[in-house]
Amino acid sequence: MSHDADMIAMIIDSAAAAIESNKDHLTKLDQLIGDGDHGINMSRGISAIVQKKDELSSLPFDEACKMAGMLIVMTVGGASGPLFGSCLMAIGKGRARMPTNRPELAAMLCDGLDAIKSRGKSDIGAKTMIDVLAPVTAYIATADPFSFEGLRQASADALEATKPIEARKGRAAFLGARSIGHLDPGAQTVTLLVNSISEALENRQ
Amino acid sequence: MTETVSIVIVSHSRSVAEGTREMVRQMVGDEVKVIACGGNPAGGLGTDVGQIMQALKDAYTPKGVVVCVDLGGAETNSEMAIEMMDEHMQKNILICDAAIVEGAIMAATEASSGSSLESVKQAAEDYGS
Repeated sequence: MSHDADMIAMIIDSAAAAIESNKDHLTKLDQLIGDGDHGINMSRGISAIVQKKDELSSLPFDEACKMAGMLIVMTVGGASGPLFGSCLMAIGKGRARMPTNRPELAAMLCDGLDAIKSRGKSDIGAKTMIDVLAPVTAYIATADPFSFEGLRQASADALEATKPIEARKGRAAFLGARSIGHLDPGAQTVTLLVNSISEALENRQ
Repeated sequence: MTETVSIVIVSHSRSVAEGTREMVRQMVGDEVKVIACGGNPAGGLGTDVGQIMQALKDAYTPKGVVVCVDLGGAETNSEMAIEMMDEHMQKNILICDAAIVEGAIMAATEASSGSSLESVKQAAEDYGS
């Protein structure tokens, strides 16, 4: 197996484990401030990717990201589909190989972040997944010294910081001030993915 | 028969989408093509990009298609579906920022007189929200 094939398979496994083992937790968070289907929707999306794991890991990185993004878009069934799907497609675009260092990884995540902002017509501070992905990307770009533990801490802190925000996007925005005090389910998903993938990367070293 | 702008209704619920189409039929008539779609890929509440793309293809006319949506995910998934259509079709498909039932009825009323895509969208947004 090539390095990228191995990595793609590993990332799929970690992402699937993170989503599947927290499916009920994500759904519960979404019942509080959304429409209660985030866990189920994400699980449907990641299952579609797991089913195609062999094919995905045999593809060059850009094509794997495009295909995985399309699978997410076509199977999730909520707004998370186009958001995570567009992010994946943007991450792969123009990258036949996976990033091999931190500046490349940060640039890749920046492209994904821009895709989410543009698809969701949103930005930092609206109580969305952007509020975790942006600080995580910044940590990867600038942390000195960098550690996976530090990365997970940055992600956990950013997630916790979504609690006091009043939602301005998605179903939660209808709740206005009543969304304050709850975690954003999309932000929670990003945190779970960061934790799970970073642990796998750390153990691999 | 005058060519008219078509309407695609995208709701989280197939029943709401079909009920909306039924109201349009009864209040406006049959001269405007109306396609209803709703439900996620597993058949539950939600929206499905593949199903929306199929509805857009079925409804498509060069005169244009307006899409009436209910909640956020329906809009995001409709935007995604439009971007995945052939490039020459994309500019002829517009999403209405209006309440789904009222917007669809106003859009169909305007479309039935042969109005342009922009006028149909405008009518839905002026009176349907």
